[in-house]
Amino acid sequence: MTSSDTAPAETPAIEVKGLACAYDERVVLKDVTFSVRRGEIFFIIGGSGCGKSTLLRNLVGLNTPVEGSVRFLGRPFSEADTAQRREQLKTFGMLFQGGALWSSLTLRENVALPLEEYTTLSRAEIGALAALRLAQVGLTGFEEYYPAEISGGMKKRAGLARALALDPDIVFFDEPSAGLDPVTSRHLDGLVSQVRDTFGTTIVIVSHELSSIYSLADRLIMLDSETRGIIAAGKPRELARSSSDPRVREFLRRDDVEQS
Amino acid sequence: MSSASLPSPASVSVQLAGGSLEVVAAGEWQLTGKMPSWDAAAIETAPVRLRMEGVGSWDSSLLVYFSDVEAWCRAKGVACDDSALPEKVRAFLKQLEAARASGPAGDHAENFLTSLGLASRDVVSGFGDILQFVGECILGFVSVARHPGKFRWRDCLDQMQQCGAMAVPIVSLISVLVGLTLAYQGAVELRQFGADIYVADLVGLSVVREMGPMMAAVILAGRTGAAFAATLGNMRANEEIDALQTLGISPIQFLVLPRIIALGLMMPLLALYADAVGALGGMMVASGILHIPPSAYWIEMQTSLEVHDIVTGLIKALAFGLLIGLSGCMCGLRADRSASGVGRAATSAVVTAILLIIVADAVAAVVFNLLKV
Repeated sequence: MTSSDTAPAETPAIEVKGLACAYDERVVLKDVTFSVRRGEIFFIIGGSGCGKSTLLRNLVGLNTPVEGSVRFLGRPFSEADTAQRREQLKTFGMLFQGGALWSSLTLRENVALPLEEYTTLSRAEIGALAALRLAQVGLTGFEEYYPAEISGGMKKRAGLARALALDPDIVFFDEPSAGLDPVTSRHLDGLVSQVRDTFGTTIVIVSHELSSIYSLADRLIMLDSETRGIIAAGKPRELARSSSDPRVREFLRRDDVEQS
Repeated sequence: MSSASLPSPASVSVQLAGGSLEVVAAGEWQLTGKMPSWDAAAIETAPVRLRMEGVGSWDSSLLVYFSDVEAWCRAKGVACDDSALPEKVRAFLKQLEAARASGPAGDHAENFLTSLGLASRDVVSGFGDILQFVGECILGFVSVARHPGKFRWRDCLDQMQQCGAMAVPIVSLISVLVGLTLAYQGAVELRQFGADIYVADLVGLSVVREMGPMMAAVILAGRTGAAFAATLGNMRANEEIDALQTLGISPIQFLVLPRIIALGLMMPLLALYADAVGALGGMMVASGILHIPPSAYWIEMQTSLEVHDIVTGLIKALAFGLLIGLSGCMCGLRADRSASGVGRAATSAVVTAILLIIVADAVAAVVFNLLKV
């Protein structure tokens, strides 16, 4: 986590200013501005089709924003050249909705690949580190399995192990609970919380799973498809109680969670 | 079952009463059943009054029928009174009318010039994509040449096995059949002039310069080019390519180069093998039908073939291999993120590869002719 050590302590982990995202001529989001503090678990929420995943893809460089800027740990990312961007990509990991494990590689090879690419460790050391990461997500004994041979929840855990392979400063999650049963989902939430508490990792999660939002989120932003931007930002319980926007209160309304 | 228990089919009676048409629907209306036609029932242009009498069950078919009547009334400029219909039917009719007004999604192309403009833009954009992809691949090759230790040789060897060794049976079959066919067709003509022995020259030159590399390339375009496109397209749909990019790993270096290099290395070997098997096919016909001893066939073929004939064939094979790899990988990496997108990518890869092979073969023929080789 060298990059976080070199950046000033007050610099936010992520700064997004005036971001506009579009597919061809269809503008999905405009004028999106927010920042994420270091070590924070930050949620991006909103209804289906509001642009949550689009925002995430623009943040991590999979899509190019039409306007605006993204900075990670004080350094520009969206305007950076390929070499600078590659340097920054080392400092974050991403867990995709379906895990996105490379199907031709075993779980150990999946986790080992980022280490092979970016470190000078020996083959044995990389193998051991990959096994350790898999153990941290409860996949000991599955190192030599291929992605097609394990369940959806295990794929997500293996994806998390891969995302954590390089001890990233920031980890992005795209709908981590999608397609998982409540128990597995809670287990994954526990892992997320554990990662933040242990390594101080900044975590950004795109989700509309209320139980995860209430149990994990330090802060959140809510996107809306009509406004094509942020309609609320803050702590989930405060927003649920006192947001002036009825859409926000309605979205975050969950009596059983509130009572608990 | 008695006929009395059968439901009465949907029917409409139209009567002229007091200067207006009374349209009365009756029976069981089912979308999948037989429906009356309003065009046949419209006996006179007059205001219409819609009613339902003795209608059992009904579904969208009744609404479609009444909606047709209303549309006819609007077209003829006559009034249509639906006040006698139940409230529920009237509400559905309003919804159906609104849906009709919004209409199906129109074609983006409004006229010929717009279509031409959009198509031209797509062609320019597609050409730019191809140039970008080829440029990235060339940069990738340079990077591999500078840092060969970083290259994924294991993946390359896997691909060599897949596209080379595993293709041997089908290449053998096709090549021997091509050799047989060429020799048989040639033998029929040559025999008339007592020039049977020259079947060895015909088969040797045709197979080595043209048919061996070409047939091997067509087989690999169908077999390997499609597999590359389908695999990469599927990886794109499963976000595996995105996962590479978020780690800063170039999909070109990781996925494309091992495949293209494997094909580039295997294609000349397969072409050489196809040459040998094709010649063997010709020898089988020469020996079996023309009674030319294999040794005489072999010696005659040697006299007609020069080393540069074989080399030109191998150079073409190398070019074909690179083109198949490039088109397969490009179509795969640009596939839509869906099952049908993967299918289209595979089809497109094969068609593009075969087109490029034929164009490259024509260019090579001209160039080799100019160089007199």
